[in-house]
Amino acid sequence: MYLNTLVAQARALAAGEISSTELTRLHLDRCQQLDSRLNAIITLSAETALAQAEAADARRAAGQAGPLTGIPLLHKDIFCTQGVRTSCGSRMLDNFVAPYDATVVRRLQDAGMVMLGKTNMDEFAMGSSNETSYYGPVTNPWRAQTVPGGSSGGSAAAVAARLAAAATGTDTGGSIRQPAALCGITGIKPTYGRVSRYGMIAFASSLDQAGPMTRTAEDAALLLSAMSGFDPLDSTSIERDSEDYSAQLGDSLEGLTLGLPKEFFGAGLHPDVAAAIETAAAELEKLGARLKEITLPNSSLGIPAYYVVAPAEASSNLARFDGVRYGYRCADPADLQDLYCRSRSEGFGREVKRRIMIGTYALSSGYYDAYYLKAQQVRRLIRDDFQRAFEAVDVILGPTTPAPAFGLNEKTADPVSMYLNDIYTVTANLAGLPAMSLPAGFSGELPIGMHLIGNYFSEGRLLNVAHRYQQVTDWHERVPEGCE
Amino acid sequence: MALDKNTVDQIATLARLSVDADDNAAYQDELGQILALVDQLDAAATGDVAPLAHPLELTARLRADEVSETDQRDAFQATAPAVASGYYLVPKVID
Repeated sequence: MYLNTLVAQARALAAGEISSTELTRLHLDRCQQLDSRLNAIITLSAETALAQAEAADARRAAGQAGPLTGIPLLHKDIFCTQGVRTSCGSRMLDNFVAPYDATVVRRLQDAGMVMLGKTNMDEFAMGSSNETSYYGPVTNPWRAQTVPGGSSGGSAAAVAARLAAAATGTDTGGSIRQPAALCGITGIKPTYGRVSRYGMIAFASSLDQAGPMTRTAEDAALLLSAMSGFDPLDSTSIERDSEDYSAQLGDSLEGLTLGLPKEFFGAGLHPDVAAAIETAAAELEKLGARLKEITLPNSSLGIPAYYVVAPAEASSNLARFDGVRYGYRCADPADLQDLYCRSRSEGFGREVKRRIMIGTYALSSGYYDAYYLKAQQVRRLIRDDFQRAFEAVDVILGPTTPAPAFGLNEKTADPVSMYLNDIYTVTANLAGLPAMSLPAGFSGELPIGMHLIGNYFSEGRLLNVAHRYQQVTDWHERVPEGCE
Repeated sequence: MALDKNTVDQIATLARLSVDADDNAAYQDELGQILALVDQLDAAATGDVAPLAHPLELTARLRADEVSETDQRDAFQATAPAVASGYYLVPKVID
């Protein structure tokens, strides 16, 4: 049953073939057995999970079950969960138990889903390899000594290894899509503002978005329908009702125009990735789509703009961690300044401190115009590139990452080479566009991700393209060795 | 753009981070590399392009001026490192 997709598990629950309690126990056992090898989970909340499963079974017996009722999932440890520790992958929050639930957590719980636990992640979502976590790196289920990507690396590895059919993730510069690509699963970052950020620990507020990480587009559609929609508790939430993303999955691709940006197929792209994406594009052509070369001339400015905007916003957001109201506090502070400085220095890891320093510098007196203002101008250029492209094409297609998963410690000494992993993903965040990654082949035993970017609120169309592709391919059905 | 020791110390002060001499040297190097990456922005012809603060160019939503929060001080302070009588405790600031 753990090999089943979310939709198949929902069917089995509805048919009475299994109870939520049985399904939950099965997954908890699996987490306990396999996670010593993966380190994908920071906190397993077995007691809460079994109580929620029992409630789901009672709800079903009362005839009040919805499509997601009783299905177990994992939450990225960036979402606040009342009563269960929320660490954000940081020593700073190692002892933090949130007094409330994030809206995403609340909505999925209201739908009757069962939380198995919280997944490992790069500290405060800052990383592309899950190596900045205070709780140690996550192993890619496809190959030992290989990273799962990040920052939602634990969620991606857990779904790939079938610890759960679904997990939540967040994406500030590629943190859902890049690990989804590196672990061979499906993940979608919705339009900025589509999913509530309430209770999701803030990294860069003008970029952060939450989304589902699953094995199939069909599963992602079901989950996204439940996660999204207006939330008065998030001031950036878009006032727009949730949609039934499952309804459009089967739509024909006849007449769809797919744009292939020439900038996404240039130097630096691994030949296996390039070949897989070209094959995938040809497959979509067979399904009725037309291919068109396009240009996004300011793409190469995405990473430089991102490394101003994201650290600047992070330096401001992370100012709240002061050792006074919650989180880590240093021992025996000499005075208030010492309390602030030492609590932060001891509580934050290296990458987080690097980004706070860069952000503080970019926002400091005399440098604002040269950095933050300039980056925000470039952000408009990038958005305008996309808007011009969407006048000619419906969906943009390319690789999610320049190469398959890399080795543990391979890029940790060189932050800039790590940052370049997100070269194809950051522009969607800067422009606020929905984008997703889905499995499209392998390089040796390592998965390759295909990247789809759509115009604002076109999540349904992206999931439709992905679903049609998954109906004629089986990349998403492959299981890592040892996880069968 | 390379940063010198004093600039790193100044940033650390603003960011309320303690940076010792070894760390300072490492930060000069690492932050310098990141700024070299960021400096690619100089090549962008931004002229009079308006900065984009929100991808959908929306502004913050206003809400009715009504009480919407309840007193949850005890719940919030349960996670604080040091509290007494409803106050957060910090080292003495005024003698």
